[in-house]
Amino acid sequence: MKTLFDKIWDAHVVTTVADGPTQLYIDRHLCHEVTSPQAFAGLRARGLEVYRPGRTTLTADHNIPTIGQDQPIRDKVSRFQVDTLAKNARDFRLTYYGLNNPMNGIVHVIGPENGYTQPGMTIVCGDSHTSTHGAFGAIAFGIGTSEVEMVLASQCILQTRPKTMRINFEGKLKEHVGAKDMALYMIAQLTTGGATGYFVEYAGEAVRNLTMEERMTLCNLSIEMGARGGLIAPDETTFSYIKGREFAPKGERWEQAMAYWQTLHSDEGAQFDKEVTFDVSQIGAMITYGTNPGMGMPIDGTIPRLDEIDEAGKISFEKSLKYMGFAPGEKLEGKQIDYVFLGSCTNGRIEDFRLFTSYVKGKKKADNVTAWLVPGSWKVRKQIEEEGLDKILEEAGFALRQPGCSACLAMNDDKIPAGKYAVSTSNRNFEGRQGPGARTILAGPLVAAAAAVSGKITQP
Amino acid sequence: MKQEKMEKFQTITSTYVPLPIENVDTDQIIPARFLKATTRDGFGDNLFADWRYDKEGNPKPDFVLNDPTYSGEVLVAGKNFGSGSSREHAAWAIGSYGFRVVVSSFFADIFQNNALNNGILPVVVSDQFLGELFASSGANPQATVTVNLEEQTITNNETGKSESFGINSYKKGCLLNGLDDIDFLLSNKDKIEAFEQNRAYSY
Repeated sequence: MKTLFDKIWDAHVVTTVADGPTQLYIDRHLCHEVTSPQAFAGLRARGLEVYRPGRTTLTADHNIPTIGQDQPIRDKVSRFQVDTLAKNARDFRLTYYGLNNPMNGIVHVIGPENGYTQPGMTIVCGDSHTSTHGAFGAIAFGIGTSEVEMVLASQCILQTRPKTMRINFEGKLKEHVGAKDMALYMIAQLTTGGATGYFVEYAGEAVRNLTMEERMTLCNLSIEMGARGGLIAPDETTFSYIKGREFAPKGERWEQAMAYWQTLHSDEGAQFDKEVTFDVSQIGAMITYGTNPGMGMPIDGTIPRLDEIDEAGKISFEKSLKYMGFAPGEKLEGKQIDYVFLGSCTNGRIEDFRLFTSYVKGKKKADNVTAWLVPGSWKVRKQIEEEGLDKILEEAGFALRQPGCSACLAMNDDKIPAGKYAVSTSNRNFEGRQGPGARTILAGPLVAAAAAVSGKITQP
Repeated sequence: MKQEKMEKFQTITSTYVPLPIENVDTDQIIPARFLKATTRDGFGDNLFADWRYDKEGNPKPDFVLNDPTYSGEVLVAGKNFGSGSSREHAAWAIGSYGFRVVVSSFFADIFQNNALNNGILPVVVSDQFLGELFASSGANPQATVTVNLEEQTITNNETGKSESFGINSYKKGCLLNGLDDIDFLLSNKDKIEAFEQNRAYSY
């Protein structure tokens, strides 16, 4: 009896080092401009080629502007980094989706939307949110640049086998509560290190009821509780999402794939190292109040008091609240905010834009709010336009930007100014993450929409 | 077969820099705006940049790296060090600043791998041992630790107490001998090809 994780892991073991790591074969490798240049430089220094060029795909996303992408990137250092990626693609003969390519977008958005991400695969990228692809029943995890070089050189990686955890979400979600709220609730319960050393399988009625986009949001945030990855057994929702997409198997290959993919689930009675169950009917719309994603609470909740924090954590807790300009025991509902960011590999997909638009339709953006709406890819942006969502957004006072990671990590010009509050659908509220001194309140697309319209932290 | 890629790790006795903050994420270790480089060099100058410098780039006197009382090749940090982003730049920054060891009661996975791949040893100690290290350096900034990788022990030389720490023997060998993983992987090419030919379902 095997878990889903065991089945996929075991199918990719090339060899195991005695009292050491496993040499794991990698099916898909995604690269972006920020964490790959030193790896390609390493290959050159060793005189190596890319071992299996067909298994690596490159996209520019982290360090690019989200307006005026048809112009050369103004920041010289950023431009050089993106040019270096293009040069590496040419020199090593790799597929590259550069700026203005209709396939360009955030690495964890374009993999799934093109059918490149499939059940049973091992997928890596020099980016911790690679866990997103686990939504399809794949072992997908973020790696460092030395490991990027390993994959380029050998299509393999050395990894210690993680422990397994199953997180069951049972029951039915309340109205206006979604996958982002489930994830923020889970991380608040388990803490940011609560799943370190584990690979998580998400299961239960509430997970089965999620769309693929929502499953991606949940798996995306696995790393925020320390897990290398999170995965969900593929089912009809998964198969119908993949079918017909650009790189999905076709014809007879599709039948073969389905025969295999349908075996990809944890066997009844399979043992997990840890198992946790949440009742989703208890979850409300969530926000964060601190500087790590584990510092979350329901919108109508109260920040913990100092006497509720354990001794070793007090310095960090007080530092965190000081940074945010909040006080222990404070309520945040009704608090004025300055920025709203809809986008990122967490919430930059078509469904996130549908949700946001459904809320702001017929309403107006608050005057005190600057809103950045950044589609996860050109395909997402195109679909927004095809569905007429852009018109509804425009009438409500919102404009769409061009795809990229944008204000999630603020490597480009999309920086939240120091001291300003941003309700952000991204994944990290770390100090300075969205710009030096920026204060991030993480939330789902509906909470972001409600904040954009009211100018305050508001129940959607 | 293997080439020496990293400095060999030898037993270290050193003063240490205490950072009693929990959940130090890699965005604090090296903020994203410094990730635009295409080489591995120079990140040490921006290690903990937003805690270390004010807006004008002047050192903030209250941050420990700006306090000449504390120095050494060992960084001692609160639990869950290195969480968040997979950026290896965090390990490069720590290494190029001059740290060879990071001690904490808990590390994030990816950071731990990145550190090891750059010849930096993450040492996991108990919460109590960690608390005593902070207490020792608080009382005497010249307090030292000894980290012996061969024996897998760390000693607080103020209290005389030691703890053993874990590391898999493969990685231990890499650190002691200054080797990295790529040559190992390349030496297994025949196994990789055999795997590709024999897998039950191929993508």
